Amino acid sequence: MSKVNDQVLMDKLAEAARAGKISRRSFMNYSMAAGMTASAATGLWGTSAKAAPTRGGTLRLGAHDGNTSDSHDPGTYVTFSMIQTAHTYRSYLTLIESDGSLGPDIATEWSATPDAAEWTFKINPKASFHSGGKVTANDVIASMNHHRGDASTSAAKALLADVVDLVDNGDNSVTFKLAAGNADLPWLMTDYHLAIIPANADGSANWQSGDGSGPYKMVNANFGIGYSLVRHDGWHLEGAYFDAVDITVLNDPNAMQAALVTGDIDCATQLDLKTLSLLERHPDIEIDNVPSAAAITMPMLCDTAPFDNVDVRNALKLSVDRNELIEKIAYGKATVGNDFHHSPAMPYWPDDIPQREYDPEQAKALLQKAGAEGLTVDLSVADSVFSGAVDMCVLFAEHAKASGITINVIREPNDGYYSDVWLKKPWCAVQWGARPTPDVMYSLAYKDDAAWNESRWQNERFNVLLRQAKSELDDTKRAGMYHEMAMLARDDGGTVIPFFPNFVYARNKKVRHGPNLAASWQMDGARACSRWWFEA
Amino acid sequence: MGDIAKLIGKRLGLGLVILLIISIIIFFMVELLPGDVAQAVLGQGATPENLAAMRKQMGLDQPAVVRYFGWLAGALTLDFGNSIVTGKAVMSIIGERFMNTLFLASYAAVIAVPISIILGVIVALLRNSIFDRVANVVTLTSISSPEFFLAYILILYFSIKWGMFPSNAKISDGMSFADLLWRTFLPALTLVLVVVAHMMRMTRASIIALLASPYIEMARLKGTPPWKVIVKHALPNAWAPIINVVALNLAYLITGVVLVEVVFVYPGIGQALVDAVSKRDFPVVQASCLIFAATYILLNLAADVGAILTNPRLRHPK
Repeated sequence: MSKVNDQVLMDKLAEAARAGKISRRSFMNYSMAAGMTASAATGLWGTSAKAAPTRGGTLRLGAHDGNTSDSHDPGTYVTFSMIQTAHTYRSYLTLIESDGSLGPDIATEWSATPDAAEWTFKINPKASFHSGGKVTANDVIASMNHHRGDASTSAAKALLADVVDLVDNGDNSVTFKLAAGNADLPWLMTDYHLAIIPANADGSANWQSGDGSGPYKMVNANFGIGYSLVRHDGWHLEGAYFDAVDITVLNDPNAMQAALVTGDIDCATQLDLKTLSLLERHPDIEIDNVPSAAAITMPMLCDTAPFDNVDVRNALKLSVDRNELIEKIAYGKATVGNDFHHSPAMPYWPDDIPQREYDPEQAKALLQKAGAEGLTVDLSVADSVFSGAVDMCVLFAEHAKASGITINVIREPNDGYYSDVWLKKPWCAVQWGARPTPDVMYSLAYKDDAAWNESRWQNERFNVLLRQAKSELDDTKRAGMYHEMAMLARDDGGTVIPFFPNFVYARNKKVRHGPNLAASWQMDGARACSRWWFEA
Repeated sequence: MGDIAKLIGKRLGLGLVILLIISIIIFFMVELLPGDVAQAVLGQGATPENLAAMRKQMGLDQPAVVRYFGWLAGALTLDFGNSIVTGKAVMSIIGERFMNTLFLASYAAVIAVPISIILGVIVALLRNSIFDRVANVVTLTSISSPEFFLAYILILYFSIKWGMFPSNAKISDGMSFADLLWRTFLPALTLVLVVVAHMMRMTRASIIALLASPYIEMARLKGTPPWKVIVKHALPNAWAPIINVVALNLAYLITGVVLVEVVFVYPGIGQALVDAVSKRDFPVVQASCLIFAATYILLNLAADVGAILTNPRLRHPK
């Protein structure tokens, strides 16, 4: 039976179960006939089939990555615990739904002029701040201006660089005027920095108070330690099933795991992969393993010998056994990469591009063609890139021996890796966070004049396509362009992409969620607090 | 008694001089850390003008010596300036956290000090018995294991297997005192295990050393029971070294708990210091280090004074 048919069958089964048409026993029988394991079927019966969200309870969530220097200023959001919290007490113009599509948050609908250079967002009249007032066009403009202008130190400044003007249309809608067409603008509005905050009388944004219009109201914020929130009655969207949310920052993976196992928290936002197989055996804990758009890249500087020769670049791309890296470094919790920075969790993903396999023979032939047999190269890496980064490079070096390539793995200091090694050393390993669309990713790190063009790759056709696709509103044409760009990056580009790490997080099994999980962040796109619920 | 006041005054003055020297070292060591603060705060997208403006705003355009005296003047009034990352007053960031650390340290000390001294006396009394050996082996094992390892073992048994105590010591304002003690029991116990051995063995050693003295022999010949020989005759003369070790361990409880705080997610000053270093938040780093240094100096001072007070020969020098 094909995968698609299985999915259809499972959806039908789940629907029947929801409607109460079949018993648990027959549900299990049918599901197992459809190729599911008993435990998966049990999980599905619990999580999705009988999915009728119930209200109530306090969700205790353990969040990784927090720092005392976190703050209410959306321009400085940087740690995951703050991003998770931001999606709980603040809202955005748009959001990424659990199924990965773009959906409404503060904006109920949006439309563009045909050149995609002007976008108008209508504001939900029901949206209100915790302090009382309605969310107005004025607040939206102040929130965006917080990241714009010369004085802004916001990390989202570059994201809004193309915005020339913001206009309050007077009918509860805001128009963004752009310097050049950008079909992705509604996707950009999901960026975690672009939270909607109330405007001051002088048009600046009042972020200091911690006010927001999200599903939960901040009661107590202890930055880097924890946050307690209660439901915002009258939130403008469906959800917010928990009465209250209690977020605890747990930076130490062992502390996180212990808290989850002892029932001190209901959800853990990230798990240590090394001990995951042990945790999987725990009867009360469910693990969510979600393919993400985060990526591990290994950029080679295309203007530096020997990487200025495309055959050398491709020989290196052929000299790594990605499946073994995934199995040994990511403990199987990753999606294989194909040397273009566009993950299956992003829109417009081209699914028919042949997977590059480990092929030392072909690599040898390419090296011979390039006159570079017995190549020796340095590969810079640090422990802090991600857990297992150095091991990954050592394993790569072992694989490359079969192609006659000697890779010297150079262990760089953690401190200052991204200022002294990345963009400077000819070949290094890098971790990228998830970006919502291929345009954002390619513009950031593959465009010819991008400051972060990490492989210094210059390909005329790629850049022409990138500019065209950016303002193309026709989805089919756009997908075609991203397909061609993926092929160019794969066969000419300077970046080895071994894999896209999955998001792996866990919850007590009394916490339930819908059939899909958004892949933009851990915890259902950081929106678990408003989307999940306790089993009744 | 006038002599003692003079002595304490002298010691305090000396402590201040040491603190001043330490403040110079802290300030200029932090200056030596690689990396530009303005760059660290503004991120990689910052333009040179941005950076210059930020440096000016932070006062980094002035020479280090000028900034040092400005900082020192502030520190004397407990005003350590503002965090350069969040803009909040440094005292508001570390004040409450230092209190948390002090609480945990006192909790551990209240358990550890009596236990180790009593144990020390008992093992001195029963020296070379099975009890003595077992106590030594157990405490030496616990002091020889890294704190985080002890912490994980305690979590494994006390919270995961037996579910008696929580594995994370998250404390909040509205908690009752009993709740607070229960929540922070495991980190306190970890610290107790780490410091007991040192204090207990010092008590034992100094008492045993005295047991060979003629006046102890005399007491024994009088027919004084062994426990009384130790408690009444040996212990008073053993106080000086014991107090020194106790003070050293108390200082350790305050300044050496970073790992324990991380493992138990306890919001103490150690965690704040680690956060600040990674963010290059120099005012917070400097203030934390200075507080640690002052704690060490004060406790050592207390130990010196304590040792002098318990020793008549030192109290009345010829």
